[in-house]
Amino acid sequence: MRLIFPIAIPLATAILGLFAWRWRTVQRGLGIAGAAALLLASLELLKSVWQQGPQATWVGNWPAPFGITLIADLLSAIMVVLAAVIGFAVALYALAHIDPAREAFGYYPLLHILLMGVCGAFLTGDLFNLYVWFEVMLMASFVLLALGGERAQLEGAIKYVTLNLMASAFFLTAIGLLYGVVGTLNMADVALKIRPLASSGVTRSIAFLLLTAFGIKAAIFPLFFWLPASYHTPPVAVSAVFAGLLTKVGVYALLRVFTLIFPEDGHTIPTVILALSALTMLTGAFGAIAQSELRRILSFLIVGHIGYMTMGLGLSTTAGLAGSIFYIIHHIVVKTNLFLVSGLTHAVHGSFDLSRLGGLYRTHPGLAVLFLISALSLAGLPPLSGFFAKLLLVRAGLHAGQWGIVAVALGVSLLILLSMMKIWAEAFWKPMREDLPAGGSHALPISPVTERIGMMSRLGFWSSAGLAILTVMIGLGADLVLALAEAAAEQLRNPDLYISTMQRGRP
Amino acid sequence: MELLLAIVIGSLYATGLYMLLRRSVVKLIIGLGLLANGSNLLIFTMGRLVRARPPIVPEGESSVPPPFADPLPQALILTAIVISFGVLAFALVLIHRAYQKVGTDDLDDLKTTDT
Repeated sequence: MRLIFPIAIPLATAILGLFAWRWRTVQRGLGIAGAAALLLASLELLKSVWQQGPQATWVGNWPAPFGITLIADLLSAIMVVLAAVIGFAVALYALAHIDPAREAFGYYPLLHILLMGVCGAFLTGDLFNLYVWFEVMLMASFVLLALGGERAQLEGAIKYVTLNLMASAFFLTAIGLLYGVVGTLNMADVALKIRPLASSGVTRSIAFLLLTAFGIKAAIFPLFFWLPASYHTPPVAVSAVFAGLLTKVGVYALLRVFTLIFPEDGHTIPTVILALSALTMLTGAFGAIAQSELRRILSFLIVGHIGYMTMGLGLSTTAGLAGSIFYIIHHIVVKTNLFLVSGLTHAVHGSFDLSRLGGLYRTHPGLAVLFLISALSLAGLPPLSGFFAKLLLVRAGLHAGQWGIVAVALGVSLLILLSMMKIWAEAFWKPMREDLPAGGSHALPISPVTERIGMMSRLGFWSSAGLAILTVMIGLGADLVLALAEAAAEQLRNPDLYISTMQRGRP
Repeated sequence: MELLLAIVIGSLYATGLYMLLRRSVVKLIIGLGLLANGSNLLIFTMGRLVRARPPIVPEGESSVPPPFADPLPQALILTAIVISFGVLAFALVLIHRAYQKVGTDDLDDLKTTDT
């Protein structure tokens, strides 16, 4: 029953929000209340999965291979909690920083539909249902991306829509072929029935089709071009939630499918994934260095970090998967926070361009501290969360004897540090240049912050501060998070528990 | 019949991908539509093509005697058609708005956000 709530709460919030279309105060209240309720429900789910093991709900009481099953093992529960945390933080931030026009055209209901799609994708145990949740999520993200209709947004949205729809078509093709081979789409059932066919050519083709489809959604190496072309176009209240959650749904799908349905597979797929991970890290880091706009740098760094998350999958060891899961936990929090900080910076100076920023360390020391915590964590300095995430992956890589990927991972983290220091030096450290005429704080037509009164305008800062504290806590309580990640990885490596949970609904 | 459909599906994928590579935004949308229809037909074919044999269990038996067409893929296609219809409608509005804003339908002129 618990499994329904992370899907039902955002849905109810979105519907109520649509009823309150004209009352923006009601929409704001609903937006924040719905996100808080989702956070509570997801924490409750994680707690019960941690204590009692994986749980399943058979929707409409249809028994396992026939109906749609919602199933939560530790990985799903962790991802749902992360989605809820990000949803809450961004909803708080949006209270202070989303512009009135976008708010009036349904920002909060769309945000909650997006959250519903993301949570649904994490919880479903059925491949076709996963496709449906992907589409729910995509549809909400399309509208959020294009909401406002600025030229850059529309151009970015065309690329985003095209490539994501292509990925959906590939996914659907793979589903069709898989159904033709095994005659079922329930993931646990597919895992059982595909075992005797594991090395056949058609299974291999399906695996690579799925790798391509999820690879586009996760933005891994040759398929990432839509991300840096679109993520910097919408306002920060939108791009922060995209940066935190959307690509990670692709990574989650990769983790799920390649541990449950196509485990090991004669080492072809793990090797391919490792090579792609290395290339993803390198392109992301080098792309970021070449940019001089805050959000473009951050967008490229998302690509770079996806490489770390798939690296653990490519190592195909329990330690590697634990490293990947830890990395996902760390990255979602930190990356969202960096986007929020970029939004706060924009609220101060009215620009994302590094050459137009400066002096923030002197004028806004609190903001500088928030940025520094997240930036150093992203680059992987102890004792912040990123250090432990990278440590785990590097150690797992050394144990697996994959020296090449370890070298790339370590080298790339230096490049990430370089990008972060560039932002620090340009936006925070150097004195503000007064001689640049346009693009100052007058560039915004309406300053959305000043419109809100008192407490409200500080909410953006506090939601970012909350995420920064969470980063520090993940770093300081690394052993707890590691225990969680290792238990989740253990469940991924031994899918029998997942399969038997699903089969409890058998007639 | 399967052979014919296989050829049709292959052509749909090929033309869809070719259209995606064209420069006109409208052709991009047509390409996406063809690709979606190709995958729908593929799922349809995967459910076996049998004519006039409804998958109904006869009285006194416990399963449908083969050959019969699997009804599940057809239900899947219905869902997929509805989704791709909605998504394509959105995409059409999107390119229309982009055309109004930018004044061109040439993808090579829509590069200001690229890096």
